[in-house]
Amino acid sequence: MSTIYDRGAPGRRAVALPPLTKTEQEILGAIPAGLRRREGPRLPEVSQPDLVRHYTALSRKNYGVDTGFYPLGSCTMKHNPKLHEDLARHPGFADLHPLLPVEECQGALALLWEMGECLKGIAGMPGITLQPAAGAHGELTGMLLLKRWLEDRGELGVRTKILLPDSAHGTNPASAAMAGFSVVSLPSDQRGMVDVEALKRALGPDVAGIMLTVPNTLGIFEEDILTVTELVHDAGGLCYFDGANLNAYLGRARPGDMGADVFHINLHKTFSTPHGGGGPGAGPVTVSASLLPYLPVPDIVREGARFKLVWDRPKSIGRVHPYYGNVLVIVRALAYILTLGDEGLREASAGAVLAANYLKAKLKGAYRLPYDRLAKHEFVLSGEGVGEGVRTFDIAKRLMDYGFHPPTIYFPLIVREALMIEPTETEPKEVLDAFAEAMLRIAAEAREHPELLREAPHATPVRRLDEARAVREPRLRLDLGCVG
Amino acid sequence: MIPKDLRYTKDHEWVRLEGEEARVGITHHAQQQLGDIVFVELPPLGKKTQRGERLATVESVKAVGEVFAPLSGEVVAVNDALAGAPDLVNKDPYGQGWLCTLKVSAPREADALLDAAGYEAFVEGSG
Amino acid sequence: MNPYLPHTAEDVRAMLDAIGLPDVEALFNDIPRAVRERYRPVGLPARDELAVQRHVIGLAEHSAGRRLIPFLGGGLYDHYIPPVVGHVLSRSEFSTAYTPYQAELSQGTLTWMFEFQTMICELAGMEVANASMYDGATALAEAVLMAHRTVGGKVVLAPRSLLPHLREVVATYAWGAGLALHEVPYGEDGRLALGQIPAGTCALIVQQPNGFGILEDLTGLKDCLDKAFLIAYVNPIPLAVIEPPGSFGADVIVGEGQPLGNPLSFGGPLLGFFATRMAHLRRMPGRVSGQTQDVEGRLGYVMTFQTREQHIRREGATSNICTNSALCALAATVYLAALGPNGLRRVALLCYERAHALAERITSLPGYCLAFEGLFFHEFVVRCPDPEGAVAKLRRAGIAVLPPDVLAPMGVRDGFLVAVTEKRTEGELDRFAAALEGR
Repeated sequence: MSTIYDRGAPGRRAVALPPLTKTEQEILGAIPAGLRRREGPRLPEVSQPDLVRHYTALSRKNYGVDTGFYPLGSCTMKHNPKLHEDLARHPGFADLHPLLPVEECQGALALLWEMGECLKGIAGMPGITLQPAAGAHGELTGMLLLKRWLEDRGELGVRTKILLPDSAHGTNPASAAMAGFSVVSLPSDQRGMVDVEALKRALGPDVAGIMLTVPNTLGIFEEDILTVTELVHDAGGLCYFDGANLNAYLGRARPGDMGADVFHINLHKTFSTPHGGGGPGAGPVTVSASLLPYLPVPDIVREGARFKLVWDRPKSIGRVHPYYGNVLVIVRALAYILTLGDEGLREASAGAVLAANYLKAKLKGAYRLPYDRLAKHEFVLSGEGVGEGVRTFDIAKRLMDYGFHPPTIYFPLIVREALMIEPTETEPKEVLDAFAEAMLRIAAEAREHPELLREAPHATPVRRLDEARAVREPRLRLDLGCVG
Repeated sequence: MIPKDLRYTKDHEWVRLEGEEARVGITHHAQQQLGDIVFVELPPLGKKTQRGERLATVESVKAVGEVFAPLSGEVVAVNDALAGAPDLVNKDPYGQGWLCTLKVSAPREADALLDAAGYEAFVEGSG
Repeated sequence: MNPYLPHTAEDVRAMLDAIGLPDVEALFNDIPRAVRERYRPVGLPARDELAVQRHVIGLAEHSAGRRLIPFLGGGLYDHYIPPVVGHVLSRSEFSTAYTPYQAELSQGTLTWMFEFQTMICELAGMEVANASMYDGATALAEAVLMAHRTVGGKVVLAPRSLLPHLREVVATYAWGAGLALHEVPYGEDGRLALGQIPAGTCALIVQQPNGFGILEDLTGLKDCLDKAFLIAYVNPIPLAVIEPPGSFGADVIVGEGQPLGNPLSFGGPLLGFFATRMAHLRRMPGRVSGQTQDVEGRLGYVMTFQTREQHIRREGATSNICTNSALCALAATVYLAALGPNGLRRVALLCYERAHALAERITSLPGYCLAFEGLFFHEFVVRCPDPEGAVAKLRRAGIAVLPPDVLAPMGVRDGFLVAVTEKRTEGELDRFAAALEGR
């Protein structure tokens, strides 16, 4: 795969810039020699057509939701509506500096305030911060809120543990650790849910709280959720809800009604904003009344028709973002919420859960289904035993030959050879049928021609890259020794 | 694949007892579970360790294996060859893929280690 | 109601039959009844695209500040973004992809990540860079945590001249990790005045140029630090012509990549970049793309050194970061490729030239001077008897500068900050000076 450095020639350029008034030497002469750069950065030198063709070629080696079905579990790869892209590019948002005086940016503040109100309503919780830039950032914010709450009650250093179901996303323990908590793993029971008896044994005066994903990463709704949150509250802890799976119950249930004290929302999952090849996202956090005093500053407050920034929150954890959060992501997500309204949001979760259960029904005969319960927006199969010497990894690679992006694999960790499938509501039935058909054919191939799987994919630009070599002989940047 | 002359732990470490010293590595089963090993983090020479403490880390591309001290003691030798060739742990786990040598401080602890038959039964039992 | 839902009534019936359930509501019977009964809608009607467009554009147009001529900086800058950047970003194979976990379907993303890492290393004079962080502020906070993990010690030295919103984010993260920030004063020239290094110091932060826009002299700083990290927070544009902190022994270089082809975006999304030395690779946060070969010996790219990351190492990870600022990093990659070394140098020198031209005009007016004598790059603090009044005069002339109170946490109460980029014209500089003069 060639890089942009392989194109072009010295002296080429892709942009015509204004001239200088003085000469370069005159200007550089004013900068003391010790500060002046001795050797300039080695950057590509390409013409505009070189540039455009290179990145167009790269884009064709990528697979996005706009390319095809992307049933990546836990990621909610739904359609990214195009109207929202245009709205986010409007100069009234895109070209607005965040440190303008509040009277100069009333429209943007109004939009943020409106989003805050919508998300508080959706979560059924009274407080919000829009600052977190991603889900994990929201988790960290939530853990810091818990920490401040403990500090305020004189329990910091006493309540040091966060309980985590063994099915949790890796970000959960990592976020808890960044806030200085230690992590205690809770086993799941045979139903794939939090083991309530194990929870009771784990609870005690040293527990700060629990981090729950609802529905959990098996795609199963915690039916004992009210018992779980009550037990934690009775033991003096708080309940963190990871909102990665909000698409499962949008418009039908609210974390605030289940006992959540902190809840983060991935706008880039549930609320349709594009994932960008890994980011940016946004992870607003809603809180219960007990955590209101600790929210990050500034708070965006409405007074009549005006919006202002409020800094006077003496117990606040401070800023987690240098400004107000990922505003352009919020613009897109608000447009989505406003288009759908309450009824449309409710229909989204219905469509997502319907599609997941439909695929589960079609596939469970051909693949092991370790937890056969009503699924929410996703479900987990196992590739174990599907064919001689065949692993889930091979199934994933073979799916590429059929033109699909594979599901999430090897997660959650509690299922061996896991295949985590999340179809989302925006895929038509014929796409779900085609995917199911491919999965069934692959299961048959695994029995009859396992080499087809073990050698897959067959038609991608590269096949089965050597990941061990990438670590043993690290090449993490281009060797420019021979260039220019 | 389970040498008779070594002792084992349920964390899949092996121990070769030689007088006051104990050479430590991970078992064939452990390296197989991890896959292609790409990095080994060894303890510093002179480190004093208690039985059960984290002693080393063995990483594959997608997994991290913690190695716990099978016995209490002081680290008196480490396998420097692993820095350039961590895959020795895959190729020869009981030989060139050894991790480190401890000068044992509580020899009686060795009584609690499994013998080859005991380890084989444990591996088969845990599937 | 939901325009993005393709299922027809027949589809729904057929799918329910396959599942063996009577109706859609039965799909939600596992949610406790008490929870379902407590549910209350937000009170939002569904709207058509035209109505949503009117509403959101109405809000966009309601911010008066967008019509002002911006001389705004303080960490984010109004640079020219060549349209080719936006056109590349609109290839939705890039924007609608997830994190490149499946390398065979993600060579586009993995290749530009590799290019981005190369370009950041070149700019920063460092050996390895990750594929982005949320923003410069959190990149700086993560650098501090990495320093603590590497060398121990709980004291972080942060200059008083560090931009306040950076300091506030670092302070929040540091508190979470049990670290303490100590302030390093600045001298009359506005530059860092480093005194004794307290025991237990794990890092010294230096901002280049600093919060006043002044260029710091990094010579000898690392020598004062013993094992502690020298962390440089840099603006990437001046780096085209200023010696990068890597040459002065910096251990980590982070910064805000917004000036590289990304719009101001009312402060987000932004682009944190993070570069360090190979020796620290295993303690670095964030994703990395690496070059390798496939089964047929062809060159290709994968996400690598993933055992540092949360999805594998969980509570032992170098950071909790997962989603980053990928698409903003692609913008920076295309921007740097479009400009090339000569274009980037031109932009830096235009900024410098115009900022100094404006500073000359302002300081020639009675009552106006520069707050500090240290050499600035493209941003400077104007000192005057009535900064609020001066800013108001500018506002009446259609010019925006940052409110003077932005400087208060840095100890300046009699001035305001002015930033000049290559986008500001001669005519706009004249207008600025004329407005202050009261013409």
